[in-house]
Amino acid sequence: MSDDSFEPKIVGFLCNWCSYRAADLAGTARISHAPNVRIIRVMCSGRVDPTFVLKALSLGADGVMIAGCHPGECHYIEQNYKAMRRYYMLQHTLKAMGVEEQRVQLVWASAAEGQQLADAIDKLVADVKALGPLGWSKNWAENGDRIRALEDIVNEHKEALEVPR
Amino acid sequence: MKRISIDPITRLEGHGRIDIFLDDQGDVANCYLQIPELRGFEKFCVGRPVEEMPNLTQRICGVCPEAHHIAATKALDNVFHVDPPPAAKKLRELLYSIFVATDHTTHFYALGGPDFVVGPDAPAAERNIIGVIQKVGMDIAGRVLKMRRDGHKLIKMMAGRAIHPNWGLPGGVSCGLNEEKRAEIEKLGRDAVEFAKFSLQLFNDVVLGNSTYVDLIKHDMYAHQTYNMGTVDENNHVNFYDGKIRVVGPDGKERFKYDGKDYQEYVAERVEPWSYLKFPYLKQVGWKGLVDGIDSGVYRATPLSRLNAADGMATPLAQQEYQRFYETLGGKPVQPTLATHWARLIEVLYVTENWVRLATDPEITSSEYRVLPTETPTEGVGCVEAPRGTLTHHYVTDERGLVTKANLIVGTTNNNAPICMSVKKAAQGLIKKGEVNEGLLNMVEMAFRAYDPCFGCAAHTLPGQMPLEVRLRDPQGNLVQRLTQYVD
Amino acid sequence: MSKTENMAATEAAEAKSKGKLAIYWAASCGGCEISTLGIDTKILDLAAAFDIVFCPCITDGKTRDVEKMADGEIDVCLFNGGIRTSENEYMAQLLRRKSKVLVAFGSCATEGCIPGLANLHDRKSIFDNTYQETCSTDNEAGVRPQSVTQVPEGDLHLPVFYDTLRTLDQTVKVDYYLPGCPPESDRIWEAIEAIMAGQLPPPGSVIGSNTTVCDFCNRTRSEKKIKEFKRTWEVIPDPDTCLLEQGLVCCGPATRAGCGCLCPQVNSPCIGCYGPPGDAQDFGARLMSALASVIDSNDPREIQAIIERGIPDPVGTFYRFSLAGSLLRRGKRPEAENGHGQQAATGGAS
Repeated sequence: MSDDSFEPKIVGFLCNWCSYRAADLAGTARISHAPNVRIIRVMCSGRVDPTFVLKALSLGADGVMIAGCHPGECHYIEQNYKAMRRYYMLQHTLKAMGVEEQRVQLVWASAAEGQQLADAIDKLVADVKALGPLGWSKNWAENGDRIRALEDIVNEHKEALEVPR
Repeated sequence: MKRISIDPITRLEGHGRIDIFLDDQGDVANCYLQIPELRGFEKFCVGRPVEEMPNLTQRICGVCPEAHHIAATKALDNVFHVDPPPAAKKLRELLYSIFVATDHTTHFYALGGPDFVVGPDAPAAERNIIGVIQKVGMDIAGRVLKMRRDGHKLIKMMAGRAIHPNWGLPGGVSCGLNEEKRAEIEKLGRDAVEFAKFSLQLFNDVVLGNSTYVDLIKHDMYAHQTYNMGTVDENNHVNFYDGKIRVVGPDGKERFKYDGKDYQEYVAERVEPWSYLKFPYLKQVGWKGLVDGIDSGVYRATPLSRLNAADGMATPLAQQEYQRFYETLGGKPVQPTLATHWARLIEVLYVTENWVRLATDPEITSSEYRVLPTETPTEGVGCVEAPRGTLTHHYVTDERGLVTKANLIVGTTNNNAPICMSVKKAAQGLIKKGEVNEGLLNMVEMAFRAYDPCFGCAAHTLPGQMPLEVRLRDPQGNLVQRLTQYVD
Repeated sequence: MSKTENMAATEAAEAKSKGKLAIYWAASCGGCEISTLGIDTKILDLAAAFDIVFCPCITDGKTRDVEKMADGEIDVCLFNGGIRTSENEYMAQLLRRKSKVLVAFGSCATEGCIPGLANLHDRKSIFDNTYQETCSTDNEAGVRPQSVTQVPEGDLHLPVFYDTLRTLDQTVKVDYYLPGCPPESDRIWEAIEAIMAGQLPPPGSVIGSNTTVCDFCNRTRSEKKIKEFKRTWEVIPDPDTCLLEQGLVCCGPATRAGCGCLCPQVNSPCIGCYGPPGDAQDFGARLMSALASVIDSNDPREIQAIIERGIPDPVGTFYRFSLAGSLLRRGKRPEAENGHGQQAATGGAS
């Protein structure tokens, strides 16, 4: 359900050597893109622990971007492959929890690819906007009146006859 | 009406409460045993890989996890259409025998025993296993602790952990025995048989040797006329691991005998709005309410029921005790609920003898304790006799072996209806015309204790004099009456 | 003073200085209580140091007794079980108030444990399944348990079954955590000894090891390159080699040590019952990372196939014990129309 006033909050983990530089390039080249991504620089996409993604979603993010160097171009040789494997593992789990796969996207962008990164950001924001807010923290709120349920217990305990030991 | 609430019931596994309503005459208008807990295993096991079910379902109960573990494992054999090698079945039955001996012992000495050992007039703070140990002295207490220690040690050795093992698989078990382990199991098994004999002797001296207790056991207030269910082998002897499920009527005659996989034709479960626990009943007899009789589908599945449903015990010493049991109590079926404690000890003797028998079986150290399934998983049922009653696990899976449906009928669940009936019958029999002190004292003790599966024995005899003070208050909270018994 | 008088005085002093201990179970299985009994003869040392004032499993104290205690009167409360119903929450609040030290005892209280898997569902779907859809249930009238049932004699009360199972620290403030399903008896005794000696880590800590199960595993480990994750019924593992290396999903790398690595000793992979180690916030995330590291492929399609085939139930595998306490949440809110109404005369489902 899309809502025109809904502005997704996206957290982006961008690797220092490629994708973060691409973001920088998009800035200096004055390429426009959606402003929704809060960018966090990590040294390598392989640094992104699934915990980071889950923490972002649980703290109110509607989507997450993980961006790294193209396969074969990782500054640390192979760690973007690790990122890829973790990403698929995580997606498999999120899907089982009912979280749509478009919310968490893995993107490759080299340092020269400012436009491509901007396009990827726009795509992610549009995808998440169409999906609507994630609202994770609300999904464990209790239906019904917990306080009244507890008060009922207190009251019915008081009503019962006293049977001392 | 005035409402007395026993909350929670104590000295058993799980949550429960008993609410007793007194009418204006001071008689018990009604009495309800409610189970206030549910966790939803049948639902949240859906979607899980079926081979996890032994590990998942055993978290239903940490007192009898092995019951669920083995029932689930047997269900897995059927889900995968695989027949485990003979050594695997023997290993499973061996573990199971050790487990039943340990669980029945824990129950007998730690949960119900304090009432007799420490005495009903002891302060509540002493009516527990610590009070028992301090009262009986370390000789006897040491034997009890050794039995539990040995049992847990061996289960851990065979299956990884004593509470929540990780061992059962479709087609077998994950680990077998070498000669060193086998010898240890045999040695401790022989100790266990002696302990079982000791427990029966203790029961004989302290409970059966006390006419007050014998009268209590035989009293009609604690008797019911229900069907009884248990698993029997091809000789109609009690078997915990495998066999057919046999149901005998209040008249003692066999009414049904079936394979576990056909349970749905014989057992159905009802729902009441005042309890989270469902009420199983015999489908073909029909649900007539919480009533006794041959036309009522209420049935019991307890150690007493197993003895009633069988024609005897498969091991010699236990068989002798079985015969003595029925001779003493006037033939089959024995229906007084309190006799369950005696029946339980006879079962300990049987399983410990069985333990030694299996530990000395030449195949028990075989390295062929597992085969791999080759067929696509579909659906299967696994049944065992949990210490507290017949346990049924039923799973349906998709072709990948993920659970699509799960149905469990757990040991104690079988007994939900009869427990409610027992509690009510005892309360109504004991509290009349405002004689609240006598009736309430006994009712508070007996109503839950009748199905507290452990009356235990006592190290020394004591008359039943529990000090109790009851305060009746009017709706404004003013003290109307103070009733006491044995209080200065 | 004579020797007898001395002994009497010591006994009197000891009796006065005995602490008060409570062991309570919320939505639990009783395994933690049985594991406590597993301290064997040390139960006498426990009894010498503490009066067990409330433990429905093995003693006769009633809830009313606790309600009458002064705040903080209980020295230590070992609270096991998850918060599934309003009664569980009531007892958590009550015992928090009446206890100086509240310990989340065992996996259920610490991270939700296996009943936490119910958080994939909600009250309505659990009730519909339990009381209607299961194949042996006979319930044409659609009866559901109600929080209040009017019977001719009066009202019967049942606690409300919440939509979500919570951990203890999601409900009240917890002083210490003792992980494990159940915690091993030796670890329980060590914790009790630490409490008796007053040698506890800072409040809010886990009383346990900071390393992982792998540290206690005797199997041989070399480099792991997994082309396929196997289900336990698909392979008979070699008894001496690391189980993860053989393709079995062993949770050892993500699980806190404390059990002594018991399951791999009987050829079963660790299932993670002790929860995450000290430096991991989310058990599933740690396990996912560990497994991702050992997959021997860089091809996206092959990686996805390996994962989907070998781990068909990711939530159950990665969050078997820790779903309630994890960072994960349900995909959508439970249905609003699933509360506990009064039962209608026609017995309509609520």
